[in-house]
Amino acid sequence: METRFDKTAEILFELKVEDAMKKDVITVGPGDTMTMLNEAMSKHRLSGVPVIEGDRLAGIISISDLIAWLMSGGKDSLVKDWMVKEPQCLFSDQPLIHAIKRFDQLRFGRFPVLDRESGKLVGIITNGDIILGTLRKLEHEYNEEEVRQYRASHFFQDINADRIDLSLSFTIAGKDFENAGNASTTMKKNLKRLGIRPEIIRRTAIASYEAEMNMVIYTSGGTMTFNIDSEKIRIVAKDSGPGIENIELAMQEGYTTAEPWVRELGFGAGMGLPNIKKCSDFMDIQSTPVTGTTVTIEIIIGADNEA
Amino acid sequence: MKLKEMMDKLGLELKSDSTALDAEVQHAYTGDILSDVMSHAKEGSVWITLQTHRNIVSVASLKSFAGIILIGGRQPDDDTLKKANDENIPILSTAMKTFEITGRLYELGIRG
Repeated sequence: METRFDKTAEILFELKVEDAMKKDVITVGPGDTMTMLNEAMSKHRLSGVPVIEGDRLAGIISISDLIAWLMSGGKDSLVKDWMVKEPQCLFSDQPLIHAIKRFDQLRFGRFPVLDRESGKLVGIITNGDIILGTLRKLEHEYNEEEVRQYRASHFFQDINADRIDLSLSFTIAGKDFENAGNASTTMKKNLKRLGIRPEIIRRTAIASYEAEMNMVIYTSGGTMTFNIDSEKIRIVAKDSGPGIENIELAMQEGYTTAEPWVRELGFGAGMGLPNIKKCSDFMDIQSTPVTGTTVTIEIIIGADNEA
Repeated sequence: MKLKEMMDKLGLELKSDSTALDAEVQHAYTGDILSDVMSHAKEGSVWITLQTHRNIVSVASLKSFAGIILIGGRQPDDDTLKKANDENIPILSTAMKTFEITGRLYELGIRG
C-alpha cells in the first residue's frame, strides 16, 4: 500500500498541469450577454467558462454566477457584470501536485491554465481532469511494469540446472526482402526480455542482422539458431548454398558479389562479414558449394550481466 | 532537442502514425548503405537516407533510432509505413537534399 502511495505521489510530481488539463477551451467575451452564456453552458454542459478579452484572460464565470443572475430575475445583462475578475490561475508547467493543493486551499471547481511566458490561456482544469490524467498515467506505468516483470531479468540465476541452454530458431527465406530482418528484430526484443546488457544486445543485433541479410541476399534460405547460456550468445546461421567461393576475399571490407539491384537498395556493400567480425568475440565460416555456408558467431555475455 | 522540435524547426513532414515524438535527439547519421549505418550510427540517432523500402525500419529498430528522415521529397513505400507503425518508428520526409538537411541538423547542434 505504501509503495503504491509513493508511486502516486511521484506521478503527481512528474505530471504537469498541461498533461491533465483540457486544451479545447470554450470561452466567452466580457461583452457577451448572460443569455448567450446560459445557452453555451447548457449546450456544452460546462460548469465554468473563462472570459477572454483580446488575447488576455479577463475573468471566469461559473454556474454559481449564472444561478445568481437567474435568481435576480435573469434580465438583460453582460458577462462582465457577473464574472469573477482577475481569477486565480495555474501555469501549464506546474506539477499536478501543486494544482491539487490549490484546489484544496481555495475549493474552486476549476482553474484557468496560462502559459507562463505569454500569459495566454492554454487550458482549463477541474478535479475530474486531475483524476483522469492520473489514472491514465498510472495505467501507462502499470503496462510498462508488466512488460518489465515479463522480462526474466535474472533468468539464468532463477532457473536451476547444471546447465541451461536456451535455443531459439528462425527460418530465413532466400530473396525475401519483405521479411528480411524480422528474425533479428524479434531476437533483439527477446534478449531485452531476458535482461541481457544493452551493449551485448547492440552487438548481437548488428551481427545477427548482417548474417540474416547475407542469407536473404545471396542464398536460397536457411535457418538461424540462437543459443543463449549464462556465458554467451551463439548464433549459427546455416544456409543450403551456393557457398562462398573465397572466404578470405569475402572477409575484406568492400568486396562484394551482390547484383546491382541489390546494391541499389543499400545492401551488398561488402561490409556484412567484416561487421560481424567487429561485433563478435568469435566468428567462424565453413562453406562448400555442396553443403552451403555455416556462419558461427559468439558474443560473450560477461559476468556483470545485471539489468 | 526533441524530435518534435526538430520537425517544427526544419519543416519535416511526419509520414507514419508514430507517437514517439518526444525522444531527445543528440545524434544523426547520413547514409544509404545499410551495413554502414548499422556499423557506424549511434543509438538514438535520426537517420537521413534516400532508401524507402521496409528494411530501413528493421535497421532503425535494431539501432533504436529516434526516427528516419527521407530526403528529396521521397515517400516511404506502403509496407515501409505499415512496418514503421508496427514498430512505432517515426518516418519523416523533407524536400531538402541530403547535404542540406545534414547541414541544417548540424546547425541545430546535432552531431554524428
